Amino acid sequence: MTATQEPVPTQTERSVPKPVFTDAEAGAREFPDSNLRRFNYFIPRKRKQSHYEDVTVEVQPDPRHYLSQGWLYGFADGKGGYPLEWTVLKAWGSDRPEPKRYPGSGGQGYEWPAHGWHEFRDPNEEWEQSIYRNNSNVVRQLNQNVDAARQSKAFDQWNPNWVQFVAQHVGAWMHVDHGLGLYLFANANRRGPTNMHNTAISVNSMHRIRSAQDLALYNLTLSEEIAEFDGEAHLRTWQEDPAWQGVRGVAEQLTSTWDWAEALFAANVVFEPLVGELFRSNLVQQAAPGNGDFVTPTLIGAAEYDYAERDLRYTKALFQPLVADKEFAEHNTRTMQSWLEAWVPRCLAAARTLQPLWSQPDAKPPRFEDALDRAKSRFGGILAELGLRNPKELNQ
Amino acid sequence: MTRQSVAKAHEKIQELSWEPAYHEPVSQYGTDYTFSKAKKKDPLKQVLRSYFPMEEEKDHRVYGAQDGAIRGNMFRQVQPRWMEWQKLFLSIIPLPEISAARAMPLLFRTVPNPELHNGQAIQMIDEVRHSTIQQNLKRLYMNNYIDPAGFNSSLRNFQNDYAGTIGRQFAEGFITGDAITAASVYLTIVAETAFTNTLFVAMPGEAAANGDYLLPTVFHSVQSDESRHISNGYATLLMALSDESNHQLLERDLRYAWWNNHCVVDAAIGTFIEYGTKDRRKDRESYAEMWRRWIYDDYYRSYLVPLEKYGLTIPHDLVEESWNRIWNKGYVHEVAQFFATGWIANYWRIDPMTDEDFEWFEHKYPGWYDKYGAWWENYNRLSVPNGHKPIAFEDVDYVYPHRCWTCMVPCLIRQDMVMDEVDGQWRTYCSEGCHWTDAVAFRDTYEGRQTPNMGKLTGAREWETLYHNWNFADIVKDMGYVRDDGETLVAQPHLDLDPKKMWTLDHLRRCPPFPSPNVSLNEMTDSERQAFHSDYVRQGPAGRPAPAE
Repeated sequence: MTATQEPVPTQTERSVPKPVFTDAEAGAREFPDSNLRRFNYFIPRKRKQSHYEDVTVEVQPDPRHYLSQGWLYGFADGKGGYPLEWTVLKAWGSDRPEPKRYPGSGGQGYEWPAHGWHEFRDPNEEWEQSIYRNNSNVVRQLNQNVDAARQSKAFDQWNPNWVQFVAQHVGAWMHVDHGLGLYLFANANRRGPTNMHNTAISVNSMHRIRSAQDLALYNLTLSEEIAEFDGEAHLRTWQEDPAWQGVRGVAEQLTSTWDWAEALFAANVVFEPLVGELFRSNLVQQAAPGNGDFVTPTLIGAAEYDYAERDLRYTKALFQPLVADKEFAEHNTRTMQSWLEAWVPRCLAAARTLQPLWSQPDAKPPRFEDALDRAKSRFGGILAELGLRNPKELNQ
Repeated sequence: MTRQSVAKAHEKIQELSWEPAYHEPVSQYGTDYTFSKAKKKDPLKQVLRSYFPMEEEKDHRVYGAQDGAIRGNMFRQVQPRWMEWQKLFLSIIPLPEISAARAMPLLFRTVPNPELHNGQAIQMIDEVRHSTIQQNLKRLYMNNYIDPAGFNSSLRNFQNDYAGTIGRQFAEGFITGDAITAASVYLTIVAETAFTNTLFVAMPGEAAANGDYLLPTVFHSVQSDESRHISNGYATLLMALSDESNHQLLERDLRYAWWNNHCVVDAAIGTFIEYGTKDRRKDRESYAEMWRRWIYDDYYRSYLVPLEKYGLTIPHDLVEESWNRIWNKGYVHEVAQFFATGWIANYWRIDPMTDEDFEWFEHKYPGWYDKYGAWWENYNRLSVPNGHKPIAFEDVDYVYPHRCWTCMVPCLIRQDMVMDEVDGQWRTYCSEGCHWTDAVAFRDTYEGRQTPNMGKLTGAREWETLYHNWNFADIVKDMGYVRDDGETLVAQPHLDLDPKKMWTLDHLRRCPPFPSPNVSLNEMTDSERQAFHSDYVRQGPAGRPAPAE
């Protein structure tokens, strides 16, 4: 008797896509356009197109050059896209009407760039890789600084008045960062005329919001580490302390400004040097070491670096060409001078209401008037770089 | 800044907002919705100290894969048929992404809940990430794929081509009009929650099957952010639902947003997946099967239908009609056929279908060959210039369609075409849904209710109007779709890069002038127009002329 032979199960072939040699790599053949490996729809700022330009320029279209069918959706008033009149500033070509479209008109607009707004390039060259690299570096470093301070019991070295100062006043600044980050800068990322403007502005927004959160979470740590630290004092200070109501009033007024360029100018050209740097660099950074605190300056310093080295940098690059615009230099200069006349007194008044803070730490920082003079001097330097005059209000 | 729990950290950052005492933040966008200042939790619970390093780590993976692809000579294995369609897709998608970033401020003043604003700000910077990471992917393709034409002129082409214009709705719809309609219902509740599934998950899967593993690398990284955005939309939706007076507007906006997304996204992604692939395994999912899984089951049945218990009227009829169009009316096939008919106006090359493709289509869509087979055989026959004209000007039983005024995809399902005089102009629409969007929804009253914040349809919506009675050689030159020899077209109806087999401007000069369908429609007498309509709705499928009566 022979045993029945069990059939050997055949292994079924898995259904998967098969690799195919297609030889579709660059250089495999010569034909028209085969070597044209750069974006050919814009003129780079320098001889060679930068990576930053490649990933930002022209993503936001413009009916004045290539967008032949115009904007397809509008607000209730029929305006779509990114109207140039959302600021009173003008770049050359701003007043030319959008090309008319009609049967047989063709699709040609003005020659690229059609107007001067498209010439702006962010000197920080911000795009996604730079955003996450820079901000990750900051939060990692800050986390390490605070962890190291906890482990070495560094907070025990703070004198009691300084504990209160950090709880109230360093804490109060988080509200400025948050309010401007969200309701001025994030808001303005819908308003600028080109993708380069709006991307730079959105990165500025994240610097401020991150800085606000850095301060809030630092505040939380201090609540856990220092028995006497009042983690809610910043709220009362921001809402009730007369010394802060000037800053709060200006911060709120900045967020209420309709013209995106005015809001940006007032915040980064006027408010930050006269109030922000005054508080951060000329008060907190100066007072902290004498009061036994080496940790707070690392947080404040990170925010200061964001402003001084990145946000101010793109802001100057944004406004400088408008002051020197080949068509609207005078209009723009006059407008910015009028903004200075309006915002300098407001910001100086806010700065002066902060004066009582200078006497609160045990180890005193340099005098308020000296600090304000330094801030004014710095501000004057920024105006000179922009080609603007010091307003007479600065001497008040 | 130490390792507090996420919940504790998130709770702490709620202390950041404050009620203005001296000046209110500027109010630049309107809505007809009403929101009471309801407490609603930020669903993201994301703080930036963990967000930035997380995204940086995701970036490391993306860019590491890109380096690997170059070193591993990925482009020796990518399918040109697939890569060509990426010239269209990657010209479109960076704008919707960046528009989503721009849309977030529309919600700041209209949704009075500071806790939600934190999530919206993070979505803003997510979207900047997506837009630039996608531009960067396109740059990589341009540098490494055999034919850079169409990638190198991408954003100019996107802005002046009819196909780019169709895709642009998926961006402009986010940033204009009623703030809630745009930035919440259209963007987060419908586009991101429903249609990114096919965009960012289904399509990258097909890319991998065609030898391209960078599209999945980038788009899955993008999609992992989308889940947070979906939460943003859901939180706003629940706030809106808590006010009964919003239900009528929500119903309107869901109908508009659903139907427009279906018309636009299914047209594009359906075509890429079905006609851009070389993977013809019978057991791979068709677009219809993917749609059924990702959109019908995962979105409609699992997300949308449960909202009925909150009193929301769901557009069941439109969901079912979308499916009906995809499954029974051949929507995707009609669109692909139109793209191929109009290849002369494109900035990418379209590969003819082969017997293997026919077999797959017949297997997945029984009856496909009878409808579309002969036309694709003609396309193949007419693909290399040989004394004949481009297929659009040859007699292949295809009537050039009129364009839908609303979604701007042509009226391809001929029997559904609607013709109406709106705003003093005769317009054609691909469907009742699109007619309703223009004639009823995008108006300053809706069912007797004042809707002063509703947006407007604007622009020169019929691309052909711009080139009414032009010769196609001049059209292509005007748009800039000519290669660097000044003669050869960027677009080709085949993949052969032998210059002798490529179409040039000279070939197009032999074609007759190209009249605009809409201009012609408006020049007709009333009786001519009625006759045109009666004929049009008897045309098809596959664009065939109406049978003799």
